[in-house]
This record gives sequence, C-alpha cells and structure tokens, in this order.
Amino acid sequence: MSDGAPSRPESAAPRGGRFWSRMLRALGPVLAALAVGALILLLLGRDPLVFYGDLFRAGLVSASGWQGMITRLAPLLLIGTGFIVAFRAGLWNIGGDGQFVLSAAFVAGLAPAVMSSVSRPTGLVLLALVGMVVGGGWTLLPALLKAWYGINEIITTLMMSFIGINLANLLIKGPWRSAETTVPQTGAVPLSDLLPRFGGTTIHVGIVVGMLSVLVGWYVLDRHAVGLRLTILGANPRAAVHAGLHVKRIIVVTFFVSGALIGLAAAVEILGVWGYMRADWNPGFGLALFALVFLARLSPLAMVPLAAFYAVLEIGGHEAARRSGLDYDFILVLIALVLLFLAVSQLLGSSRDERRGLATRLVARLNPRRQP
Amino acid sequence: MSELLSATFLTALVSGAILAGLPLLFAGLGELVGEQSGILGIGMEGYMLLGAYAGFNGALYGGSPWVGMLCGVVAGLAIGSVVMLLSVRLGLDQVVVGIGVILLGEGLTSLLHAVQFGASYPRLGEMNDLPIPLLSRIPVLGESVFSQPLIFWAGIALVFMVRWMLRSTRWGLDLRAAGEKPRALDAAGVSVIAVRSWAVLVSGALGGLGGAYLAVVSAGVFVAYMTNGLGFIAIVVAMLARGRPGWVLGGSLIFGLCLSVATALQVIGVDVPTDIVYMLPFLAVMVALAAFARRSYLPAALGVPYGRGER
Repeated sequence: MSDGAPSRPESAAPRGGRFWSRMLRALGPVLAALAVGALILLLLGRDPLVFYGDLFRAGLVSASGWQGMITRLAPLLLIGTGFIVAFRAGLWNIGGDGQFVLSAAFVAGLAPAVMSSVSRPTGLVLLALVGMVVGGGWTLLPALLKAWYGINEIITTLMMSFIGINLANLLIKGPWRSAETTVPQTGAVPLSDLLPRFGGTTIHVGIVVGMLSVLVGWYVLDRHAVGLRLTILGANPRAAVHAGLHVKRIIVVTFFVSGALIGLAAAVEILGVWGYMRADWNPGFGLALFALVFLARLSPLAMVPLAAFYAVLEIGGHEAARRSGLDYDFILVLIALVLLFLAVSQLLGSSRDERRGLATRLVARLNPRRQP
Repeated sequence: MSELLSATFLTALVSGAILAGLPLLFAGLGELVGEQSGILGIGMEGYMLLGAYAGFNGALYGGSPWVGMLCGVVAGLAIGSVVMLLSVRLGLDQVVVGIGVILLGEGLTSLLHAVQFGASYPRLGEMNDLPIPLLSRIPVLGESVFSQPLIFWAGIALVFMVRWMLRSTRWGLDLRAAGEKPRALDAAGVSVIAVRSWAVLVSGALGGLGGAYLAVVSAGVFVAYMTNGLGFIAIVVAMLARGRPGWVLGGSLIFGLCLSVATALQVIGVDVPTDIVYMLPFLAVMVALAAFARRSYLPAALGVPYGRGER
C-alpha cells in the first residue's frame, strides 16, 4: 500500500475526519475556555494577550516554566492514578485532599528527625513509606464501613477528608511546630538533603515515580486480571460476588492503594519541593483532578496530557496573576471553564450510550440496593 | 460544671446553633429537592458562594437585608439554570459539571471581591430581630429561639412546606418519580426533563438563599471561601435525611450546635483551638455513621441523565 495510492480511499476520508474531530474535541474546549477567560479579563480591564502570554511563558516556555510544570506534574500523576484505581472499582474516594494534607503533615513533621538519624536514601524511602501508610490508613475506616456495613463511601471519605485537614493543622501547630519561625510550620530540612534533582534543573526524581505509577496503573488496570476484577466490581457488585471475588478484601485493599498513592504524592511534593509544611497549607489538587480523571474516562494514560495542562495553568497562572495584579483565583475560573467546556465537548462525536456509561456506574455504586 | 448550665452559656449555644445551622438548612433543603428528582447537586458549594457574594452586595448597596436575600436567590437561580442546561437538558456528567460550578463559584466570587474591595471587608448592619411577644420572655429559649429575625421563621416554614409538597402534592409525586423511575413518569405523560429542570432551579435558589443568609445574617461580611465545606455538608445532610425535610432541620441544628459550642465556651471563658471546632461536625457525622451503621437511601435514578427512548 503506497502513500500515493491508498487502496481504500473511502475509509481514508472518515479517518481524516475523525482525526480533526478528535483534535477539535481536545483543543476546542481549551480555546473556548481561554476565549471566555479573555472576555472576563477585558471586563476587569486587563489585556488578555499579555495575561495569556505571561501564563504560557511562566508555565511552559521559559526554563523555570517547563521545569516547574514537570515538577508539579509528579504529585498530580500520583493523585490521579490513586483516584483512577478506586474509581475503576466503583469506589468513590473523594477524600483525596484530606489524605494528601495529612500525609504531607506526617512526612514534613517527621522529616527533620528521620533525616538526621539515618542515611539519605534510607530516610527518603522511610518518609515515602510514612506518606503511603498515612494516606492509605486514612481510607481504612471508610473502607471497612463500606465493606462490612455498606455505608456510602462518598459521605465517609468526605468527612474523613475534613477531619484529616484539621488534624494536620493541629499536629503542625502542636507537637511538630518549629521553634524557629513565628508562622506555625514544621522544622525545615534543606532541599539539597532531600530528593535528588536532574542535573542543572529544578526537576526532582518524583516525576519518575509519577510516570511509573501511571505505567504500572495502566498495566495493572488495563492488562492484568486484577484490573478486570476491579472493573467487574465497579460494573456490577452482585456479579462480582457470584464470580467468587473476595469483595470485602478487594474494597479494603483498593481503598488502601488509592490512599497510599495520594499519600506518596504528598511525600513527593514535600520532599521534592518544600522540605517543610506550613499550617493551613492545602493546595487542593483533589477537586480539579477528580473531574479531570472523569474526563480521561478513568484511563491513566489519557490523564497525563490533561494533568500536564492543569500543571501549566497552575504554575503559569500564579506568575501571570501576580504580574497583572489579579488574584490567583482567576485561574480557578479558567480551570472551571475548561472543565465545563470539556464536559460539553463530550457531546461531540460520542454516542449517547457511551456518555451514559459513567453516570450509570456512579448510580450503580450510589444505590445500596444494588450492592451485594 | 455549673457554668455549663448557666443561662448565658445556654443562650449563646442555642442562638449560635441557629445562626450557624440556618444556611445549612436552606442549602440542605435545596439539595434534598434536587436529589429526590435524580440530580446530584455536587456544585452546592458553588451555589452558596455565589449566593453569599450576591447577597452581600445586595444588602450593602440595596440597603436592606431582604434585598440581599433576593439577590442571593437570583444568583442561585442563574447558576442553577446553567446547571439545568448542562446536566438536565444536555445530560452531561453531573459530577464534572458540579465540580466546575464549585471552582467557578470559588474563583469568581473571590476574584470579584478582591477587585471590588481589595483587602478591606465592609461590614453590614445586623438584621432586626423580631421578638415574639410573651414567648421571648422565657428564660433561655426566649433570648435565643424566640428573638430571631423573620427569615429564621421563613426557614422553619420552608421545612414544612417542602415536606407538604413532597408528600401531598402532584408536584412532589412527579419529583420523586423522576428520581425513582423516570421511565414510568414519562409513560404517565409527564416530562422528566421539565420536572428535573424545576428541581434544579429550586435547588439553586435555595442554595443561593443559604449562602446569602450566611453572608448577610450569620457573618455580616463576605469573605472568600467563606462556606468552608458547608455545601458538601449540605449534600451529606440531604443524603442522610433520605427525603425527609424534618431530618434536614435536625441535621442542620446539630451541625450548628457543634460549631457554636466553641463560641459559647468562649463566652464563659474556656478557649478551644479552632481546628478542633471545625473538626467537630465532621466527627459527629462519622461517629453517627459508625455507631448506627445506617444506610443512606438514595433515589434509584440519581445521577443518570434522562433521554426519551433510551435504554
């Protein structure tokens, strides 16, 4: 089949059309969100071109921009994979922010003591484990209540999230408070003693961990029997029981893995970027990522570009907002617009049956009557 | 211990519970109506923030708290109609749309507030209390329950109204059918989309009213992110209420009580860290769930977009 004479021209045209419709579905919502954002900027008396120029320069094009973006991507990929693992099994772990913040507090609070008493590699591994155990452990109560009593995990994970965030603040203002600062925060460990960086850049090895989690997540969920079991549980819990799956054990383990990945994200962020944690620090990655993994249709690989774009907005947005004298909150508006337009774009080129899939799964899980 | 039972403490406790619980009551009732019709209102936090911002501005420039309440309702209706268009009419994913609305509410209100007022926070005057004759002279309850602004009584009346509408009217029957078995409702000749559209609008209006109450009556000031998770608690309260408005009232007041314990303790000179205070309501829900292991019943078709002739 040579390039000049395609043997099946009748199928080439729709394929080309599909390519353009895919591009439109991917880029259209972003452009539409940027356009509406530009209108808001004009109304606020700012020049949209200058703002977007700053945003993409500071978040993508400049050296500090793309490095910052990749650095930020590391925890996002871990959190996203953590969400996807749970959502595949139809388990709604929506307490990601609490698991993240509490793990971060434990890692930052224990870091000074751990790093001064053991060697650097051992200390880093230990702290990563601390993050994973805390994040995973914080999901145990919702998981057990779900597995044994069928209590709606949307409620319990959300409640545990708020409790975790406040508990983290109590710990930082109490036992782990550093005596050296007036603002309540944990003792700082110099970043040079923490996660190694790639030569000459600010990018730390966390991005490798993040990419690994995506690849392992993709392999396990899409290419391995474990993923199939989760999908069966997510699609039809009663069928899962009849298929002989240990549903209770799967629920608890899946929840733990989901929380552990989110805890690992916190460890990576603290050990790679900060070295300490301030009270009331909550980057709130959970909410936007929650929606993004939906739009990626719970595929770890499809999540990567969406998370990367979110990272660009986050990193570039701070700089652009500062330069234009606007609140960073404008970026929240922009992210909200991207989400809404992305949701609308799902209307294009997908059948109505496909669209119903996610919502049907949500309800299957929401409704206790259909549970085992 | 005698201090804990003193009239000052109890008065502060009860009036604080009402002040903190009422925004949740409005939002919870709105969420309940939406959930009964099959629409999961994840975006309640966004409705409340937009209502709080609009309500605050209405009260500030309109000169009356009632203008504020009205503005809150209008803002809630506006965002509610966007959700109606996307989630009900187009059948888009309710979770994604809801999160979009939350982020939009958070971002837009704090952005506008910062542009408008910078770092200054103008305060509103207090809403006039309406002491009930005779009853307001009962020792503790008189000063707390029977000396509330009129809008408090509107909230209580609303509980009974929603209860009556859900149980005893054609409209309520249609609403619950849209949540339980939309196809049957459609077969009976009622438009599921129309019923759900109304429910979402009511949900938005009440959410906006709750936000306006929070900013105008409870706080007297607008602060960015002032709802602080209240919209999520409204979802939980509505889920636990299982379609019964009376339970929303109970849940809201228990929540308000948890928040006002700290303020009331400060009145008699006991200091409690705010982090523990904010934790209390969430702990209360967890303990209640773990102790009673209750199942929260949800409408069968919750979260499923409806389209005629679809399987």
